[in-house]
Amino acid sequence: MSGADVADGPKPRFFEARRKVFPRRVDGTFRRLKWAIMAVTLAIYYVTPWLRWHRGEYAPDQAVLVDLAHRRFYMFSIEIWPNEFYYVVGLLIMAAVGLFLVTSAVGRAWCGYACPQTVWTDLFVHVERAIEGDRNAQIRLDRARWGVEKIAKRGTKFAIWLLIAMTTGGAWIFYFADAPTLAREFVTGTAPFVAYSTVGILTFTTFTLGGLMREQVCIYMCPWPRIQSAMMDEKSLAVTYKDWRGEPRTHGLKRAQAHEAEAAPSLVRLAQGEKVGDCIDCNACVAVCPTGIDIREGPQIGCITCGLCIDACDEIMEKVDRPTRLIGYTTEADMKLARAGGTPMPPLKRLLRPRTIIYFLIWAGIGCGMLFALGTRTHMGVSVLQTRNPLWVRLSDGDIRNTYTVKVRNMEGRPRSFAVSLSGIDARMWTDGGSRETAGRTVTINVPADRVAKTQIFVVAPAQGPQRSELLFTVTALDGQKTAASDGSYFERPEGNP
Amino acid sequence: MADNKRIDAATGTSTVGHEWDGIEELDTPMPRWWLVILWATVVFAIGYCIVYPAWPLLHGATPGIWGWTSHGQLARETAQENARRAPILAALATTPIDRLPSDPKLLAAAVEGGRSAFKVYCVQCHGSGAAGSRGYPNLNDDDWLWGGDLKTIQQTITDGIRFPGDDKTRMSQMPAFGRDGILNPAEVDDVVSYVRYVSHQEAASAAAKRGKTLFANNCAVCHGPDAKGNRTVGAPNLTDAIWLYGGDRDTLVQTVTNARYGIMPAWGHRLDPVTIKMLAAYVHSLGGGEADPAAPAVAAAQAGENVGR
Repeated sequence: MSGADVADGPKPRFFEARRKVFPRRVDGTFRRLKWAIMAVTLAIYYVTPWLRWHRGEYAPDQAVLVDLAHRRFYMFSIEIWPNEFYYVVGLLIMAAVGLFLVTSAVGRAWCGYACPQTVWTDLFVHVERAIEGDRNAQIRLDRARWGVEKIAKRGTKFAIWLLIAMTTGGAWIFYFADAPTLAREFVTGTAPFVAYSTVGILTFTTFTLGGLMREQVCIYMCPWPRIQSAMMDEKSLAVTYKDWRGEPRTHGLKRAQAHEAEAAPSLVRLAQGEKVGDCIDCNACVAVCPTGIDIREGPQIGCITCGLCIDACDEIMEKVDRPTRLIGYTTEADMKLARAGGTPMPPLKRLLRPRTIIYFLIWAGIGCGMLFALGTRTHMGVSVLQTRNPLWVRLSDGDIRNTYTVKVRNMEGRPRSFAVSLSGIDARMWTDGGSRETAGRTVTINVPADRVAKTQIFVVAPAQGPQRSELLFTVTALDGQKTAASDGSYFERPEGNP
Repeated sequence: MADNKRIDAATGTSTVGHEWDGIEELDTPMPRWWLVILWATVVFAIGYCIVYPAWPLLHGATPGIWGWTSHGQLARETAQENARRAPILAALATTPIDRLPSDPKLLAAAVEGGRSAFKVYCVQCHGSGAAGSRGYPNLNDDDWLWGGDLKTIQQTITDGIRFPGDDKTRMSQMPAFGRDGILNPAEVDDVVSYVRYVSHQEAASAAAKRGKTLFANNCAVCHGPDAKGNRTVGAPNLTDAIWLYGGDRDTLVQTVTNARYGIMPAWGHRLDPVTIKMLAAYVHSLGGGEADPAAPAVAAAQAGENVGR
């Protein structure tokens, strides 16, 4: 039993107040990479709904559009119907496997660079800095009493955050309707209620999560850090403090003593044989961390591997004239090698290992499969549902009639005609509006552009035959396209026929 | 339990006081925003109780300040739906039923309306799929006692069959040939043999030959000299494969001896003309509906184009 009794220690708290984080500004390789990725991801998000793509008179002209009302998903030249949802599922699986691949290769790159929470938090932090100043000014302002200056700065900051949050929510709705039309409607107050409520909710969540909660989302709310530890192994990149190089930590002055003892005899010398680490304990890595952690404590869940501590540390190392990358992206395997004095593995060898290759093969396999399916898919389809109440009808001449509901899909942006033919039994058929006198071996169904036509098909056959026979409806496009689709069903006769 | 609480040296957090084989649980505090959300839900619940009906009382519940009720919401939504349907129903009211096929949209609306009305008023006798049963006609087939075009079906539904209390009801009565002593049992047997012969259920026989004469004298006036029936009096075609009560010998002897007297209510007394129009359109759409004999050209044109909807 170690430790003290509760009575001696601080009073236990049931709820913990947030430890405020004031990340300091930093510049460097990874900061610039983050800028670039932020610019690209935000540009994609905001610009995409405004791209146009001409599809003809029967389909919308927006390049990327999720048309929930008509249950269509448009993405450039691809149009997805609800029955083809497997393409969307495939994309989601590819996104998941892609994350596995990236995580196993370069660690939590998603968290540090591409995650919307990271991108928007970064944006909010920059706004904060522009108005309230850098870390120290922010801390001072936070401790200051509420006065004109504090109210003005906080007010301005919140106003700009709110604007960003609103444009975030505002951009989202344009993916679900024609962007220019919706924008006009939105401004004139004639947009559907769901548009306003969506913007409202997204404004609220963006403001709260990106502006106020920040690192708490990553640490308490997000399941992803827990999951991805399963994809990382000893060869995945992680931000690492090279303790074998840095420890024991020494302040700058102490360092000077070690080298320039002769030159400055008045300073206290190091003890005989005392080792000097490269870390000068300047706390720069802690000050710049957006999640407020100390990377020198080793790998931890709060680390989103954004690399800002690397930039901060490199800056200091250059100033004190020591090699950079005291903190750097390193693998656990390399760390062990380096501790033992070996040389790290070449990056290519580290990247190409069974785990990453298997992830890549799965990812590429699904991608190729989907491309193949997309390239060879027919732009039509048929589904047949037999009417079961009643299963069969005896006609006055003794023949038996069955009824089917046939749905023919026309997935092209123009009206088309299709011939439905029947095989499997010797029967004749007619459709809604026809009669037995007009029955034949095939019927023609006209389907409007981009629609499903639902038709009743009546099939008549002699009463003599098995109680149940299989039959097949085949649909052929009459516009010369060599595509056909078919669906099977049954023809039922009353019990006890010869 | 509480006595064992202490501060863990490594983390500075208090423990919950349990210990299992030397393993202890830290009492790590929750983030404060978690607490804030808890209180927010409490505040929301109080507001909800004030605004909406919430607390059960002896007769009903607390009304809530907005006066919302599920009955009120249903009434509002029903009114909206009725308003939405009003133009279609108005168009149906003014369109004569034989003009419906030339307006596919209106016809489709009528068929759907008839489908739901059928499920309420007709399924008790005709079955949910309109397949009927013994004594109740199958409406899917192509055999019609009184006629199967839209107008005729509409009239049948409106005035019923042999319905007392409706002056225009379809009326006919088959004599009870056996019971009333018009035919003796042997003659009834002969007539049945003949009917089964003309409906291809039995081979020609001496009995059928005797029955032929009896049929011509007693039955042909309604069922026709060729036994093909007569729609003006609802006399069934006896040569086809469809039997309302059954075509076997025993059933036919019963029928000829005691006659049949099926009744269908006159729905004109209970349903509005638009509902009846929709019911007629639905019954007509089941697959056995006949074209209007007055307008054969329209029917032929319709048959050619099966435009999908």
